[in-house]
Amino acid sequence: MNGRPLVTAPPVARLIEAFHRLPGIGPKSAQRLAYHVLRAPRAEAEALAIALVDVKDRVRLCGRCQNVTEQDPCDLCSDGARDQGLICVVEEPLDTLAVERAGVYTGLYHVLHGALSPMDGVGPDKIKIRELVERVSHGGVREVILATNATMEGDATASYLVRLLQPSGVAITRIARGLPVGADVEYADEVTLGRALRQRVPVETEERAAVEGGER
Amino acid sequence: MAFRIYRTEAVVLRQRRLGDADKICVLFTPNLGRIEAVAKGVRRPRSKLAGHLEPLTRVSLLLAKGRSLDTITQAQALDSFAPLREEIERLSQALYVAELVDRMTDAAPDVGGLYRLLVDTIERLGATEALDLAVRWFEMRLLMEQGYQPNLERCVRCDAELAPEGNGFAALAGGVVCPGCCEAPGSRPLSGAAFKLLRYMQRRPFAEVARVRVDAVLGRELETHLRQAVQTALDQEVKAREFVDAVRATSPVAAQRSGGR
Repeated sequence: MNGRPLVTAPPVARLIEAFHRLPGIGPKSAQRLAYHVLRAPRAEAEALAIALVDVKDRVRLCGRCQNVTEQDPCDLCSDGARDQGLICVVEEPLDTLAVERAGVYTGLYHVLHGALSPMDGVGPDKIKIRELVERVSHGGVREVILATNATMEGDATASYLVRLLQPSGVAITRIARGLPVGADVEYADEVTLGRALRQRVPVETEERAAVEGGER
Repeated sequence: MAFRIYRTEAVVLRQRRLGDADKICVLFTPNLGRIEAVAKGVRRPRSKLAGHLEPLTRVSLLLAKGRSLDTITQAQALDSFAPLREEIERLSQALYVAELVDRMTDAAPDVGGLYRLLVDTIERLGATEALDLAVRWFEMRLLMEQGYQPNLERCVRCDAELAPEGNGFAALAGGVVCPGCCEAPGSRPLSGAAFKLLRYMQRRPFAEVARVRVDAVLGRELETHLRQAVQTALDQEVKAREFVDAVRATSPVAAQRSGGR
C-alpha cells in the first residue's frame, strides 16, 4: 500500500493492511472499513473480532458431506426429515445455499471444495472426491446428483465422478442445462441451446411436475 | 475516443477468475499468437458471452483495445467441439494440448500454421480412435513449429549417420544418439520401431501416421520420449499431464485407445 499517508497510526495502518488482503477490497475500501471500525462502538469491534476468531476455531468440515459446520455431523446430515438416499454433489459450500434457495431439493449434499482443473494442477486428490466415493460405497445411497458448474472444469469433474461411481451401481444424474430465466434465445450459445433442445420436456409433464412440486 | 476495436478468430485455451464477475481468457489467434483478454461479467448467469468463451472453443471475437488488457465485447462460438465434453479421455488429452500451446507460445504475428495445427488437433481429438497417437503427432509438430525439432538424422553427439537399431533418445541434447554415444547423460534406449515412427511423424501428415499399427508398449515408449522432449523445450511441468494419467488409470478402454487403429 503505497498511497497511504505516513501520519496514520500504526494500529490503524495494520487494520487497513488486513482489510486490503481480503478479496475484492482495494486500498480505498480498506481505509474506509478501517476508519469505520475505529469510529464504531467498542462492542461492535469486539463482535467482529470474536466472529473472526470463531470462524477459525469453531468451524470445521462435516465428516459426511464435507460442508463447513459447527458440529459434526452437520445439521443437514443429521436432519431426519431429509432424504438420506439422495446426494447432491456441488463444488463449493455456497452452492448448497443456492440449491436450498431453489426450495425443491430434500436430500443431502456433498461439497467437493473445488473442481478438477487440470491446467492449474488441481487433480482428483486435491478435492473431496475420495470422501464421496467412500460415502457411496458404504451403501444406503440411491442416487447421486452431479450439480457441479456448467463449465469445462465442472463437466470434467462430473464425468470423472461418473467413472468412479459407476461400478457402485447407484443411479447417477447430472442437473439439466438450459436457458436461465430472463435469457434471450438469440444470445444463447450452441452447447446450451443444443442440450436444451435435445432434453426438451413435453409441456404437460412440466406443468404436472410443477404442480406436484408445489411451486410456481 | 482512443478506443480501437478489432476482430479476430481464436481458440480459448483457458480462463482464470478476475474479481467477482469477470474472467481473463487466454486466447490463441492466427494473427496475434497468444493473447490475454478480459471477459466482463461472464460469471453472471445471464452473461451473453459466457457460453461462447469456455476453454476449448473456437470463437469469433470483437475486442476493444485497453490500456493493459484488451476487453472482449462480442463473442460467437464457431465450434464448441462438443464430443470433447462428452468423453473424459478426449477432454483430458485436449486440455493437455491446450496447456502446451498456452505455455509454449507467446504473442507473435502470423502463427497461422500453429493455429491450424491446434484447431486440427482439437477437432481430431473429438473424433479419432487413435487418441494418444494424435497427441504424439501434435507434440512432434509443435516442437517443429517452435524450433525444437528433434534431430533424427544424425547422432547429436558425434554426427554419425543413424541406423535404426540400438540408438538412444536424448531430449536434453536435442535428438537421437548413436549406439556408440548411448551413455550420454539423460539418454534413454530408443527401439527401432519408435525411431522409425518418430521419423515418419516428422515427415508425413497425420492421416498417414494414423495408419501405422502402434501397440501399447510402443505407444508408451513414444509417449516417454516426446513428453521428455516437450518438457525439455518448455523447462517446466505440464500440469494437465497428471490428469491425462489419472483419467487413463480409471479407464476401461484405455488399452484399446493407446494404439493406432
